[in-house]
Amino acid sequence: MAINLKVNGVAQSVDVDPEEPLLYVLREEFGLNGVKFGCGLQQCGTCFILADGEATPTCVRTCESFEHMDILTIEGLANDDRLHPLQETFFEEQAAQCGYCLNGMLIAGLALLKKNSKPTEDEIRTALDKVICRCGTHTRFIRAVKKASENNSKF
Amino acid sequence: MDNFKTDRRNFLKTTGQLLIGFNLFPLTFCGIKEEGYAISPYEGIPERPHLGRNLIDSWIRLDTDGHVTILTGKQELGQGIRTALMQIAAEELDVNMDICHIINGDTGQTANEGYTAGSNSVEGSGKAIREAAAEAREFLVGKAASEWDVEAKDLRIENGVIYGPQDRKTSYWELLDGNFYEAKVTGNAKFKDPKEHQIVGKAIPREDIKNMVQGAAHFVHDLRLANMVHARVLHPPSYSSKIIKTDIASVNAMPGVLKTIQDGNFLAVIAKREYQAVKAWQKLKELTEWEIESIKILPEQLFDDMKKSSKATELVEDSPGIIQKIRQSPIKLKSTYYKPYHMHGSTGPSCALAQWNSSELTVWSPTQGVYPLQITLADLFGMDTKNIRCIGMPGSGCYGHNGADDVSAEAALIAKAYPEVPIRLQWMRDDEHMWEPYGSAMQIELEAGMDQGGLVLAWDTQIWSDTHSTRPRGDAGHYISARHLEKPFEFKKGNFSGGAYRNATPLYNISSKRLRLSNYDGPLRTSALRGLGAYGNIFALESFMDELAILAEVDPIEFRKNNLDDPRAIAVLEKLIKETDYHNRIQKSNTGYGVAFAKYKNSAAYFAVLAEVEVDKENKSFHLQKLTGVIDAGQCINPDGLINQTEGGMIQSASWTLLEEVKYDKNGVLSKDWNSYPILRTKKTPEVAVHIINRPEEKPLGAGEAAQGPVAAAIANAVFDGTRSRIRDLPLKEEKVEWS
Repeated sequence: MAINLKVNGVAQSVDVDPEEPLLYVLREEFGLNGVKFGCGLQQCGTCFILADGEATPTCVRTCESFEHMDILTIEGLANDDRLHPLQETFFEEQAAQCGYCLNGMLIAGLALLKKNSKPTEDEIRTALDKVICRCGTHTRFIRAVKKASENNSKF
Repeated sequence: MDNFKTDRRNFLKTTGQLLIGFNLFPLTFCGIKEEGYAISPYEGIPERPHLGRNLIDSWIRLDTDGHVTILTGKQELGQGIRTALMQIAAEELDVNMDICHIINGDTGQTANEGYTAGSNSVEGSGKAIREAAAEAREFLVGKAASEWDVEAKDLRIENGVIYGPQDRKTSYWELLDGNFYEAKVTGNAKFKDPKEHQIVGKAIPREDIKNMVQGAAHFVHDLRLANMVHARVLHPPSYSSKIIKTDIASVNAMPGVLKTIQDGNFLAVIAKREYQAVKAWQKLKELTEWEIESIKILPEQLFDDMKKSSKATELVEDSPGIIQKIRQSPIKLKSTYYKPYHMHGSTGPSCALAQWNSSELTVWSPTQGVYPLQITLADLFGMDTKNIRCIGMPGSGCYGHNGADDVSAEAALIAKAYPEVPIRLQWMRDDEHMWEPYGSAMQIELEAGMDQGGLVLAWDTQIWSDTHSTRPRGDAGHYISARHLEKPFEFKKGNFSGGAYRNATPLYNISSKRLRLSNYDGPLRTSALRGLGAYGNIFALESFMDELAILAEVDPIEFRKNNLDDPRAIAVLEKLIKETDYHNRIQKSNTGYGVAFAKYKNSAAYFAVLAEVEVDKENKSFHLQKLTGVIDAGQCINPDGLINQTEGGMIQSASWTLLEEVKYDKNGVLSKDWNSYPILRTKKTPEVAVHIINRPEEKPLGAGEAAQGPVAAAIANAVFDGTRSRIRDLPLKEEKVEWS
């Protein structure tokens, strides 16, 4: 069945099972790598995207339910060769070890900054709390979000 | 959008080329630059199998276009080893980092460096690469010198370009002209003086992070080979379950399903799309009935059973008359500590790809050891290792022996039943949680005697523990699914490794020390988890030191210093005092401070840590506020890499220590997901600070596991300081505190 999705600003129709969770469609039909399978239970944030500005897990919700929504993935953040300010601070802070949770942390941080460009540390911690990180990179993620908010006022 | 498609095509193209021919070993896929895997084909020197560790070519290669390729048998596990090893090579070779590539473990071309474990990579592979790079530099400079008939010392090198007298100029690449060096690493090449280091010792950023933030392909999970299909394995509900009935035909009739495999109690599905495989797996789960063999030893019996049913006690270190010595000491103390089963808990469930072509097998794996994987697969399939190629790729952080090897073997088993196309197998969340081998539960009994002045005179340790390594090393029975086949492979636990008593012997200056280990065959599957026994042993040892310091009425840092001889150990404690302004710390009634120290394995990095715990007596709760660590890992290759690894170790250990314990009952493991096995998330993460003592003149020491044990004890000691209640059984839960 044809499902119409708008991913990173481009509308595209894909022929998939409408019940298929968006995660698999983004990886297989759109060739994206940022969204990852972590738990399939909406517990870990690894599969986060921004759907109409909200950090949203994609491992359970059907692709059909995302029709008519603005889907943003980390592949859509950079502007030509210029990294998005939050990507920039994640790199500057070297906020990754294995990097598997990076997608979730970036999206969770970005969803917060889009609503509140000057969050407190508690607000940052609360926003990132939805994402599981096992390497213990937590404090670097917090720092990267904070730094981006200090350097920019609009996201 | 166009960009993604292009990248995807490129990725498919470059990775797909690997499948052109098994024996061609094309470089296109393997010539991975740090920028990621989605690169255009790399026209370098031809790839060739590893021909021995003593050849320069086994570690450092030059192409014709001005690149340096470094080969290592070690894997990138998120510890930043690629960057660190490239720094070492670039430094000795006198080239810039941005022209360096690195190839990780691949049985087709790299050295056999065993497992990437025990914090050995910089000490081992780093040393080999450093020697080879120094040798390569000497070889190339010598070649230029003899061509120009000048002295090597009169030549100047800048980024691989050699400048000589009378404006003569050549480069490494011109000199080698795309050929191999075909020269040996003699070990006589001179290393650079650390004082001249420009790259080693610098916080060079990991370029792979720049790719990851943009969603570039990086993980084995992201590998998409031409004609690839997807698989899932249906693991039994518990360790020794047997299939009573299943319904293969119904699953085979589902959309996209290509094949359902049953081999004894091993069940798997293959489908065209990943989600079709997931749905088929769910259906198979519903349609399969199992006979479950109950787990005999339940959690409440575990520690008693350890003492009752452990095999003969091994005397690791003896000191005749020690009991007498303890008895005669003015101050005596005895305590027992407990550690539960812990999980690696990788964020991404394990994933691997495999493909059979006639009699040849290729496996793309997140394993920590491609060569051990290769020999164990050879055992599984009864074939020659020369027909198996294992290519290591980054996985989700593993922190030891997680599901990576099992998933690789399972992908190979499935691929055998469905040959000629690449099979991508990823585990589901409960596969990883329930089937990975855990860090063993442990029980540690300590007894010591001390003089009035606080000098420890005698120290007696007894450990009860299951094995800390069941890594596959040639016996297929170490793969869980090999045990489930129609013709099952037997699992032989084999010799218990020294991992159980890692760091059990105190580094402190104690004249009488005894160490006994009782090997226990416990109810859950166990293997190597970051630090192995060191985590439990240091938790016990450093908690006990705290108890002794309190009895001796000496400040816990001073107490440790008084009992130490090693100046580097004393130095990390002194730096901790300075960095935390320890002696002027504010004595608040609601804050507890705890310190701990260890030299990892008694042979690697030195680490001291101060934990600050905020206590809320009214609400009977505490919160880990801050951890400050000091690390001496000898020569520091990359300070930010060292800090990142150490911070990570500290936070991970805080999570183990405060929250974690694998739950199970007679029907199997109950910790199946992040709700039933919660780990530390950002809200409760402590502030962390890491300070380095860099010793450029010393050899670099393994550091990745240094923080695990000390952090556990420091938190327990801080909880005691804040509550006057000593918790000796992990995790350190608020309900275990005796609130007064």
